[in-house]
Amino acid sequence: MNETVKRGSLELKADVLVIGGGPAGTWAALTASAKGAKVVLADKGYCGSSGATAPSGTGVWYVEPDKELREKAKASRFILGGSLAEHSWMDRVLNRTYENMNRIGMSGYPFPVDEVGNPHRRSLQGPEYMRLMRKLVKKAGVTILDHSPALELLADEHGVAGATGVQTQSGEAWSVIAGAVVIATGGCAFLSKALGCNVLTGDGLLLAAEAGAAMSGMEFSNAYAICPTFSSVTKTAYYSYASFYYEDGSVVEGAGSKKGRSFIARNLLEGRKVFARLDQAPEDLQPLLRVAQTNFFLPFDRLGINPFKDAFPVTLRLEGTVRGTGGIRITDEACGTGVPGLYAAGDAATRELICGGFTGGGSHNAAWAMSSGSFAGEGAASYALSLGRHAAGRAPAGLSSSTLTHRKAQPGAASRALEYTAAVQAEVTPYDINLFRTGERLEASLGRLDRLWKEQRGQEVQLSAEGVKLRETAAMTATARWMYSSALARTETRGMHKREDHKAIDENQHYRLISGGLDEVWVKPEESAKESVQ
Amino acid sequence: MIEVISADRCIGCNQCVSVCPTNVFDRSGGKVPVIARQSDCQTCFMCELYCPVDALYVAPDSEAATGITETELKERGLLGGYREKVGWGKGRKPVASHGFMVQLSRRAGF
Ligand SMILES: Cc1cc2nc3c(=O)[nH]c(=O)nc-3n(C[C@H](O)[C@H](O)[C@H](O)COP(=O)(O)OP(=O)(O)OC[C@H]3O[C@@H](n4cnc5c(N)ncnc54)[C@H](O)[C@@H]3O)c2cc1C
Ligand code: SF4
Ligand code: SF4
Repeated sequence: MNETVKRGSLELKADVLVIGGGPAGTWAALTASAKGAKVVLADKGYCGSSGATAPSGTGVWYVEPDKELREKAKASRFILGGSLAEHSWMDRVLNRTYENMNRIGMSGYPFPVDEVGNPHRRSLQGPEYMRLMRKLVKKAGVTILDHSPALELLADEHGVAGATGVQTQSGEAWSVIAGAVVIATGGCAFLSKALGCNVLTGDGLLLAAEAGAAMSGMEFSNAYAICPTFSSVTKTAYYSYASFYYEDGSVVEGAGSKKGRSFIARNLLEGRKVFARLDQAPEDLQPLLRVAQTNFFLPFDRLGINPFKDAFPVTLRLEGTVRGTGGIRITDEACGTGVPGLYAAGDAATRELICGGFTGGGSHNAAWAMSSGSFAGEGAASYALSLGRHAAGRAPAGLSSSTLTHRKAQPGAASRALEYTAAVQAEVTPYDINLFRTGERLEASLGRLDRLWKEQRGQEVQLSAEGVKLRETAAMTATARWMYSSALARTETRGMHKREDHKAIDENQHYRLISGGLDEVWVKPEESAKESVQ
Repeated sequence: MIEVISADRCIGCNQCVSVCPTNVFDRSGGKVPVIARQSDCQTCFMCELYCPVDALYVAPDSEAATGITETELKERGLLGGYREKVGWGKGRKPVASHGFMVQLSRRAGF
């Protein structure tokens, strides 16, 4: 058990604490406060600019409530996702996304209009969307704590009751006692510098597991994005117009944006350089492309490259679970986790319910973030408000698996964090471990990750900016262990999970894999609704 | 990564210090902020977008600093280019409302 929070640091009370201020967290905060809950939102970075959506932009699964269109939308990725999605969840998310998109239009998002003046609501520009969400959250009276990563959850015998963290700009600790907590910390991209993703280190997954929640779909966690070697911009939609070349100008057969990423990976693995050129984009389309994703062109413009004419070197940058589908297991329609008082939303939660084991490019993730955020916010508010007066006077204790302390921790925390980060990256980044999976390589990697976990587990973590980095490395190691344990257990190829030693789909494994545990990791199958989509 | 803060342009508003998701800058009492933790920069360009006077430059390379100087940036007109394209700033129209989005979505599906 950890020491109670030091006096003099920031202590707040709320009905609902939302951890993470991306799309999922801001929708959770808005919907919880609309239910009458007092809400605090804590973000590791800055609510409005932090997370995967803010610097980017997302296509959104916005489908008119027309039966035929909706059925088509549901069917579009069903098989690709390994038939693990569920009808009822897809329906709920399509409905809520439609509602939410219309709502932000009314709240001032500048959607473009078509020839007859109707707003076009199929995509969102990240900076614009998240600046507006911050404004709406503030207007709703939510207290925002920026630069305030959560380091551990607090709980008593009734369930989760808040969290503690650090304000990285002042060095002070913070704690919020709350009736319910929503985890909306995004996915885990292992500090790969994919666009906007370095705040996403799986923290929420570790927090949830420490409270006793499970993960689901962690084998669907190996998203890699095509990206120029000289850039962080992992926007991939436009590579559908790309041809891929070797250094000598000959074509890389089979390479492509959607199905052909593995051809790119194999070449990179063998030490060959791969180049891309968007030479299949019709000339009259190019100005449209330039406007729709301004930041895609930013690196090229700055380096004087015309990507429609010049070939440029590319790599595959790891996005881990961010554009994968694994995350905290959801056990009810309010996005509860099975732990009283704990809810999960967005990339931190599993997205299998709407897209199975594959999300690919655009739209489902954004729809899930805003819908699950809303479900979780409403669920958390109802739960917290139902606690009534019992909520006051709770004195919960910390749940961290590493010892958190206000004492000056042993010196060298910063260099240890760097060392641990490199050690985890060495397991999750290589294409021949994470993308092309085999039982043997996964097992060997898990052995190393288990040893790493043991070493990290014994470290004291100071409640300071340096300590934050150590906790991040613990979260990444834990995430990697659930990933590879699940990948090892799924002896087939389904969705984005590809086993070289089990290349076919196995009908007997048509289930979800849930996982969890800290020192001892466990994995077990869970029935998914067996349905088909026409 | 973040490489340049133009002391000529900066008005010390500390917006960049607030919005940087990975806390790269340190405040310096109403004066020009300091790039204190450059290696933590995730090359997301958000500081550039929020700077009201186009005083910042983020080079596209996320792994290593390129050493580009303010003089070069001014010569090549690179300061503030992103904010202009996104359509933020007085008198500009946000690119989010551009009609090309509709046309592109019809033709290409995104
Ligand atoms: C380049 C790129 C392009 C994409 N394009 C699309 C697309 O076209 N369509 C689509 O549907 N999806 C797309 N996605 C995915 C989409 O961005 C995510 O699904 C979405 O951002 C998830 O929202 P979120 O709120 O769950 O997480 P995020 O937006 O990642 O936000 C998580 C927040 O939690 C905070 N946080 C993390 N740890 C802590 C902690 N310990 N304490 C407090 N706060 C914490 C972070 O600072 C961050 O603000 C894309 C992703 C990337 C990387
Ligand atoms: S580019 Fe992003 S991470 Fe780097 S300094 Fe600017 S805001 Fe911070
Ligand atoms: S945002 Fe721009 S003007 Fe404001 S402090 Fe930063 S660099 Fe200076």
